[in-house]
Amino acid sequence: MNAKPDEALIKVEQVTKRFPLPHHLSARLRGQPRPAVHALNGVSFELRRGETLGIVGESGCGKSTLARVLVRLLECDEGRVLFGGDDISALGGAAGRDFNRRVQMVFQDPYSSLNPRMTVRQVLAEALSVHKMRPKSEIGARIAELLSLVRLPADAADRYPHEFSGGQRQRIGIARALAVEPEVLVADELVSALDVSVQAQVVNLLLQLQEKLHLTVVFVAHDLRLVRHISHRVAVMYLGSIVELGPTEALFSAPRHPYTKALLDAAPDLVPGGEPGRRTSRVVARGEMPSPINPPPGCPFNTRCPFAFDRCIAERPQLRHCGPEHQTACHLTEFGLPDASQIISEYRANP
Amino acid sequence: MNLATSATAQAALSVRDLTTTFMTAKGRITAVDRVSFDVMPGEVLGLVGESGSGKSVTLRSIIRLVHAPGTVTGEVMWRGRNLIALPDVGIRQIRGGEIAMIFQEPMTALNPVLPVGVQIDENLKTHTSLDRAARRRRAVELMELVGIPEARRRLGDYPHQFSGGMRQRAMIAISLASNPKLLLADEPTTALDVTIQDQILRLILDLKNELGMSVVFVTHDLGVVASICDRMAVMYAGRIVEAGPVGAVFAEPHHAYTRGLLGSVPHAGAERTMLLSIEGTPPSLAAIPSGCAFNPRCTFATDICRQMVPPVSALGPERLVSCHHHDRVVAAGRPAV
Repeated sequence: MNAKPDEALIKVEQVTKRFPLPHHLSARLRGQPRPAVHALNGVSFELRRGETLGIVGESGCGKSTLARVLVRLLECDEGRVLFGGDDISALGGAAGRDFNRRVQMVFQDPYSSLNPRMTVRQVLAEALSVHKMRPKSEIGARIAELLSLVRLPADAADRYPHEFSGGQRQRIGIARALAVEPEVLVADELVSALDVSVQAQVVNLLLQLQEKLHLTVVFVAHDLRLVRHISHRVAVMYLGSIVELGPTEALFSAPRHPYTKALLDAAPDLVPGGEPGRRTSRVVARGEMPSPINPPPGCPFNTRCPFAFDRCIAERPQLRHCGPEHQTACHLTEFGLPDASQIISEYRANP
Repeated sequence: MNLATSATAQAALSVRDLTTTFMTAKGRITAVDRVSFDVMPGEVLGLVGESGSGKSVTLRSIIRLVHAPGTVTGEVMWRGRNLIALPDVGIRQIRGGEIAMIFQEPMTALNPVLPVGVQIDENLKTHTSLDRAARRRRAVELMELVGIPEARRRLGDYPHQFSGGMRQRAMIAISLASNPKLLLADEPTTALDVTIQDQILRLILDLKNELGMSVVFVTHDLGVVASICDRMAVMYAGRIVEAGPVGAVFAEPHHAYTRGLLGSVPHAGAERTMLLSIEGTPPSLAAIPSGCAFNPRCTFATDICRQMVPPVSALGPERLVSCHHHDRVVAAGRPAV
């Protein structure tokens, strides 16, 4: 690999994904457009070689759809995803298979993502032979190697998925993805189905494997603590859009979007009693996330934002730079800066 | 094993040697093993543990929601009466009345074919002497109390017309209908998004202060425990292994399991470092290891841990631990939080 560390491996440009809903006759007669779930609304970002990009958001924000678009399990309606400069939707035949090998996914549910009728050996051998990773004679040795890589006992190869615990099954999922020696690993809620003590084992494993195999990881999760722990950069999603994207520390210590601030403030603190003063300066999101079938006009967060003003309803804010490597999509350019509260109130009075 | 405070006299609820067993095809399994604790008036007690640790069964056993093939023994003292020995008529008056419960998944706990208003009314009818008009007024009041907008109109709505957070609010409204003195909460926010969880936790805390209730809060999320509980009890394989005020337990865990649990949670300032994980997985209740149930996963374990269930050591008036080597655990230092 002759790669520079900051090189963009995957480029996502203005990706939009809609899932159409049934179009009722009465609605059609009235000339209404076909309703659809707007899962992704113009998402753009870069994934850099060797980094871990965390994608956080609440349920229904489109983070799993984005993960699936990245690995070509879903095709986007508008926009494009570039892998090494090529549009992945145009890849066919050998180039398509090569992409599938280089970008692998590990799924959320360890119970439904493994075929219950295949032993671990069959699962891994299938991956190895489809992509012709090893000659037939070496497959057995490679399977043993993979199992030790994810720290499963060697006798696991001839057992079925139901004989394993949740944490062990996620290891099998990881081994299956790593069998084809990918460059990018997309992990969708990798540990959210696991108990806390087992979560830590799998997170440790992921960190070690990334180091050892120089993997680029997209870590999709709703657990903020976990995302903060393992990501270099974090993208916060809300209602199908990225509202803030930045280096982990900058984003967590000084969020520049009201939604990020609300999300961080809502996450329960591990310090009993909380830090003094924290409760008073909190941003609280009112109400609930609007339906992605009828997203609000303007800024998607305007229905819940305590700082919303006229412009937020009229105009949709675009991602803009607000610091080194740090982007936010909010009309309040000063939000999150020290002593910004006065500027914000003046701005709202006289925008 | 007696993990209880000495101040039994003032306790609102005191549980002694609560044991719940289930008869299965593989023999008798013990889901809750001689659990004892007290809940003070106006206090929030957190029961923490991983899946299968017996925390939910403990909660259900308190108000006898465990049905055959399960059997409950021990003593649950509530206002001078032992709930375990009470006849069915007596427990029905207390359950849903003085002691209310809210569940993890509101969609399965609510009746899908009855409007929410009817379900609140059911509780009011059973536990209060209000007439029809007063019950309706009270139902609207309760819906407003838990923060459901347009309460009057929404009384006629069915559970599927509510969002997840609103369903949980509706369930809290039902449980509050009878002015309970004790609320048993079984992971009420686990299925919710973090901003909605925050709203529900504040609601429970506000209502607790307003109505002077005690709360037993079951959860697996240490962050939730830190933010809302006064005292906590950590459960593993059906037993309470450590108990104490939340601040003290977080600052200085005396049990290797508590220490491991705290270390398993990522914390700020140590990004991309190895977490202190606990190897292995929680045991199946059908095959609980002999001696201390945690010994196969414990880095402090010695021979005595494999042979003998550790006794309860009182470290202070409200601080209890059940570990042979709690001195060594403390000496190893707490994981940075």
